Amino acid sequence: MPIDILMPALSPTMEQGKLAKWLKAEGDKIKAGDIIAEIETDKATMEVEAVDEGVLAKILIADGTENVAVNTPIAVIAADGEDVSAAASGGAKAAPAPQAAEVPPPAEMPASPAPAAAASVPAQAKSYDASSEFPAGAEVVSMTVREALRDAMAEEMRRDADVFVMGEEVAEYQGAYKVTQGLLQEFGARRVIDTPITEHGFAGIGVGAALTGLRPIVEFMTFNFAMQAIDHIINSAAKTLYMSGGQMGCPIVFRGPNGAAARVGAQHSHDYAAWYSNVPGLKVVMPYSASDAKGLLKSAIRDPNPVIFLENEILYGRSFDVPKGDDFLIPIGKAKVVRPGSDVTIVSFGIGMTYALGAAEALAKEGIEAEVIDLRTIRPMDIETVIASVQKTNRCVAVEEGFPQSGVTAEIGMKIMEAAFDYLDAPVARVTGKDVPMPYAANLEKLALPNIGEVVAAAKAVCYRA
Amino acid sequence: MAIAARKTKAGAPAKAAGKAPAKSAPKGAAKALSNVPTFTKEEELHAYREMLLIRRFEEKAGQMYGMGLIGGFCHLYIGQEAVVIGMQMASKDGDQVITGYRDHGHMLACGMESRGVMAELTGRRGGYSHGKGGSMHMFSREKNFYGGHGIVGAQVSLGAGLGFANWYRQDGRVSMAYFGDGAANQGQVYESFNMAQLWKLPVVFVIENNRYAMGTSVNRASAQTDFSKRGVSFGIPGEQVDGMDVRAVREAASRAIEHARSGKGPYILEMQTYRYRGHSMSDPAKYRSKDEVQRMREEHDPIEQVRGRLTREHKLGEDEFKAIDAKVREIVNDAAEFATHDPEPDASELYTDILLEPAQA
Ligand SMILES: Cc1ncc(C[n+]2csc(CCOP(=O)(O)OP(=O)(O)O)c2C)c(N)n1
Ligand SMILES: [Mg+2]
Repeated sequence: MPIDILMPALSPTMEQGKLAKWLKAEGDKIKAGDIIAEIETDKATMEVEAVDEGVLAKILIADGTENVAVNTPIAVIAADGEDVSAAASGGAKAAPAPQAAEVPPPAEMPASPAPAAAASVPAQAKSYDASSEFPAGAEVVSMTVREALRDAMAEEMRRDADVFVMGEEVAEYQGAYKVTQGLLQEFGARRVIDTPITEHGFAGIGVGAALTGLRPIVEFMTFNFAMQAIDHIINSAAKTLYMSGGQMGCPIVFRGPNGAAARVGAQHSHDYAAWYSNVPGLKVVMPYSASDAKGLLKSAIRDPNPVIFLENEILYGRSFDVPKGDDFLIPIGKAKVVRPGSDVTIVSFGIGMTYALGAAEALAKEGIEAEVIDLRTIRPMDIETVIASVQKTNRCVAVEEGFPQSGVTAEIGMKIMEAAFDYLDAPVARVTGKDVPMPYAANLEKLALPNIGEVVAAAKAVCYRA
Repeated sequence: MAIAARKTKAGAPAKAAGKAPAKSAPKGAAKALSNVPTFTKEEELHAYREMLLIRRFEEKAGQMYGMGLIGGFCHLYIGQEAVVIGMQMASKDGDQVITGYRDHGHMLACGMESRGVMAELTGRRGGYSHGKGGSMHMFSREKNFYGGHGIVGAQVSLGAGLGFANWYRQDGRVSMAYFGDGAANQGQVYESFNMAQLWKLPVVFVIENNRYAMGTSVNRASAQTDFSKRGVSFGIPGEQVDGMDVRAVREAASRAIEHARSGKGPYILEMQTYRYRGHSMSDPAKYRSKDEVQRMREEHDPIEQVRGRLTREHKLGEDEFKAIDAKVREIVNDAAEFATHDPEPDASELYTDILLEPAQA
């Protein structure tokens, strides 16, 4: 049967093009793969290749013709031995019809099936009950955040031989901030691996290992340096499960100190919470207390997804009570009401909690009872616990050390507006790091960071108190 | 366009195409060719079938793109078939493969189904990624194919990571990380070389030097155009290989894989090859002459080389070739048919496969 050759498209947006040149003449024998013509658009040139064997029976569109619509028959091929002149008088359409005819136009596309963010919070929101996290009467020990993180890793490494730690100075040096202290001694050099200073490369190696099912903990000396690795964190770790249709999970933890330390300047002080929280396919955790640091890191290591675990250098040395035992887990994605109150909700996370808690104490002295919520996980965000509080207090201040534009607090404000607008007695306020690269000078650095006074002032403002 | 009637003489040393600067002529290839290994008839037949499947599959993909059935980027492997087939002939079950976006050939060579690959190209639910990955992003845990990556160079670190996992588990597997001459200039490649050699990871780095990165020739982008030397400062051995001769590829691959498997660390193979088609479907084709392309096709075609040997040395007849061809076409047509009529993914798939559920503790 004779077959029509159709004008091909160079791209899905191409509608027409020029038939620049025929490279075969009528009567020529054609093999599959032979280049028979060239077409052009303003952007590109393409060679038209024969699919089928046969004889070029007739050229329907001449050399040099402009504006040939895609899918117009441009020539007819007759099968070997077929009557060429008969074939020339008309061919069957080659192969399947173009897709355009099969896909419903945009108007017919169904609306996105997932509920909008706001709708996922029930009308009467319920606060997450964190009281069961510390079993009643559980024995506690006081330890630093640093020790809690180390214990979390050690316990999980004992529990699962697929867990290993890699990063700069994590082994022999015992960690640039001593978070991996003792791990080399207990687990050996195969599982506690000093890397060269090569963030992009070792992040990729970690992700590759995780794709096979190992569970790497990749330590960045600080998250500032993870900028060199962010391609693997986002393009390789976060997206592969989706792009593989659910086949390729990536159980990996990226952890390390994040945000401002003290007097280390703009390149060593960046808070990346908002950046990573923007990306579907990642979980983002940012604990404040040692118990949350421990319980959340253990959950992160067990989690089958890539988890960004944002620590803070200043918090490393702070001590908190932590339950004893090696099965203490805090669920990812649950906030915690750390101080109940009725007048205003203050939401924060990570080191931002120091301002939130300090402000609550100061406000109490002035007769304002603030309810303080530690978000703990930035993504997925437990907005329901925040909303439940706002439905009670009708006012909210969100606090973070990161920059204001497109920040985590901006997201909190928006989510409250979507889910609890009618409950608000005042616009949501935020207190953030200032919109400047972190300065070095002690006085300027202090000004660039949030402080308790700013949170107190914001809380009073939303309570309409002077 | 003058069509030269000359066909490849089997066994004749591969020559660089006329237009290519002398520097990129396959020097190493000449060395390798002085002792080109012979294939048994079965091996020749195997290589012929496998390469032909890739060729026909890619031609079909090109046509389906032209018909609007395939969208976005679509990078064809036509011309480079001997590289992945020769490598696979030397690898063992369980060895992993990872590559960039020019990945259809690698998937077929790993034994992935034509239907699933083609249906992914058309964005249908029967595709390997259920239509959510596309041409550049497909995977098969079962076949140890780890993608399908769109960021130039990323697969090199990831592939070293696969090698790391093999080292960690001491399971005797070798990972093969394929990347282009353009990708070879990425920084993370050298970060990965360093760590792979430092830790003696079982990984073979396969540089598919097809002479161009999009429209940029190797000479315009690379200070050191002998890619086999790119590991010298790390002490990683490397070879230049005539990547148009599947026998030379298999031979070099065996050496490299054995080196990696025996715990000696990584190995670099520079495969000197050529892509006949544009970088992707839309390609201005102004950066090289038609003559250059034509000469490569006529004088070095990997499939024609095998066909020539099968005809002359193994007396395979026209009918037998026709039968192979018909079988291959049947597979490809079936894949195209499937990929055309398989439905698009259900709209509910939009929100699936973003995160996995944690196991209950
Ligand atoms: C990091 C990055 N930069 C740029 C691109 C765009 N890009 C895609 S392919 C390509 C050329 C790569 O050439 P080469 O590595 O030689 O592989 P080939 O296409 O020849 O197989 C470029 C620049 C990209 N995908 N990723
Ligand atoms: Mg290239």
